[in-house]
Amino acid sequence: MSEVLDVAVRLVVIVVVFLALPLIVGQMEHKAMAHMQSRLGPMYAGGFHGWAQLIADGVKFIQKEDVIPAAADRRIFAIAPAVALVPYLVVMIVIPIGPGLYGVDLDAGLFFVLAVMGVGVLGAIMAGWASANKYSVLGGMRAAAQLVSYELPLVLAASSVAMAAGTLSLRGIVEQWQWWWLPWQAIGGVVFFVAGLAELRRPPFDMPIAESEIIMGPMTEYTGIRFALFMLAEYAGIVVMSALTTVLFLGGWHGPLLPGPVWTLLKVLALAFVVIWVRVSYPRLREDQLQKLAWVGLVPLALLQLTLTGVVKIITA
Amino acid sequence: MTSQVPDLWPPTAQEVVFLLLGAVALGSALLVVTTKQLVHAALWLVVCFGALAGGYLVLTAEFVAWVQVLIYVGAIVVLLLFGIMLTRAPIGRSADLDSGNRVAAVLVALATAAVLVTVVVQGFATAYTPLEPGRGAAASLGSSIFRSWVLPFEALSVLLLAALIGAIVLSRTDIGGASRATGLPGPDAAPGASAPTAGDSEGGPERVSRSTPVTRADREPGTTPESGSGGGPRSDPETGSDGVSRNGG
Repeated sequence: MSEVLDVAVRLVVIVVVFLALPLIVGQMEHKAMAHMQSRLGPMYAGGFHGWAQLIADGVKFIQKEDVIPAAADRRIFAIAPAVALVPYLVVMIVIPIGPGLYGVDLDAGLFFVLAVMGVGVLGAIMAGWASANKYSVLGGMRAAAQLVSYELPLVLAASSVAMAAGTLSLRGIVEQWQWWWLPWQAIGGVVFFVAGLAELRRPPFDMPIAESEIIMGPMTEYTGIRFALFMLAEYAGIVVMSALTTVLFLGGWHGPLLPGPVWTLLKVLALAFVVIWVRVSYPRLREDQLQKLAWVGLVPLALLQLTLTGVVKIITA
Repeated sequence: MTSQVPDLWPPTAQEVVFLLLGAVALGSALLVVTTKQLVHAALWLVVCFGALAGGYLVLTAEFVAWVQVLIYVGAIVVLLLFGIMLTRAPIGRSADLDSGNRVAAVLVALATAAVLVTVVVQGFATAYTPLEPGRGAAASLGSSIFRSWVLPFEALSVLLLAALIGAIVLSRTDIGGASRATGLPGPDAAPGASAPTAGDSEGGPERVSRSTPVTRADREPGTTPESGSGGGPRSDPETGSDGVSRNGG
């Protein structure tokens, strides 16, 4: 009985975190982006600095009409947002927040995370194809091409950490972490974060959803709650990707003075801020520049990091 | 490895789950080859691979299961979908998806299945091993690959390397033979490079193979900053791409 209760409590906490953190990041994006552009952002909803803006948005999304284009493939069109969103919820189960604070500790947790997150991109491809809209198909294709090229540096950079820690379990990796891993795994960390940004299709890697040329790509035809689910998937993706970078490269709950879970949250929010910052600062990469960055820039760097990890590992062994 | 033959009835929970996953895998595989909608076939393939991964999980091969999802669902199917959408992906049924060799295909499929089932039953009918969690964990799998099976592993990686080099040779126009040089540039060529290649193709393959890299090298320093600013204004407060801010007003 107590085991069942334990599992239930963990799952409820994960769902709450899954629902709350993306909203916090979304609000942070509203406000941070506004202040970087010398505006105020939402100020009225909820009274205090527009804190309830996203809740109001959510209420509005629910009330909107759910339009499915006549030529669309209805079933695929309908399940695509779920395919995009659910993987991020599933991934959250294995991410450790503090010592003992995780849903499950999988032996191959790192591979689980990378595998499940790859499934999420299928949602964008399905949405793009099923919308029966040429811009959406273009967006879906760009999303597929982007995933194929950025999956490789992502996996290579992550395996460098796994090699350093000698385990694939996320909890195990954080437990093994030492402060000098920061400079040691720095290249891998940058590669992982950049490839993660690309996998989330966040600016400057937002060619698949480029609103000024292909009008949000796969999401062109979506309205109401389904569109909101895609948005939630994007922000949940930011949270998951920041949390993974924290766990793999920034030492998770390690840190002086403050308790472990607080450190994890601080690092996750700091990385989420960087994601927003990068969005405001950099122009969008063109499709060929995007592919070039992956194959000519990130893959060799990730291989270099793997070599470095191996050499240091052998010297210190 | 082998242990006593257990009773087959009543089935354990693992066996029931395994059989159900097998049924899902078989059913979705049949749908892959019988559906009249091209993209649906690729998506049923996802279900099939997922059920296979589930089967690995039940057999405690945890690592193999996640690698199956990572490689097949995350990469192969995405690549397949990309290929389909690049060429032809109509919504709805396509009448020309039927092969004329239906009977032959069924026969070959049944024969293959018969051979596989016979081999497995003959070879492993009396071999039982208890399912212990942790047998298929990454550590034990890794040590057995790199200790007992390192030679097949190396042979496989040489095979993959050969395939990789072959793909590069096929896709590069500037290192191929004369017949290929007049064709379209490979996917790695810059988009701008295709215009001179097509225009010069009358001038002979040698000229093309020389001109392509030169054009690329000339273009790149100039294009990068240009397109950086010309890539479209982004993160305008009202038309920001994230939609929350766009729809927030």
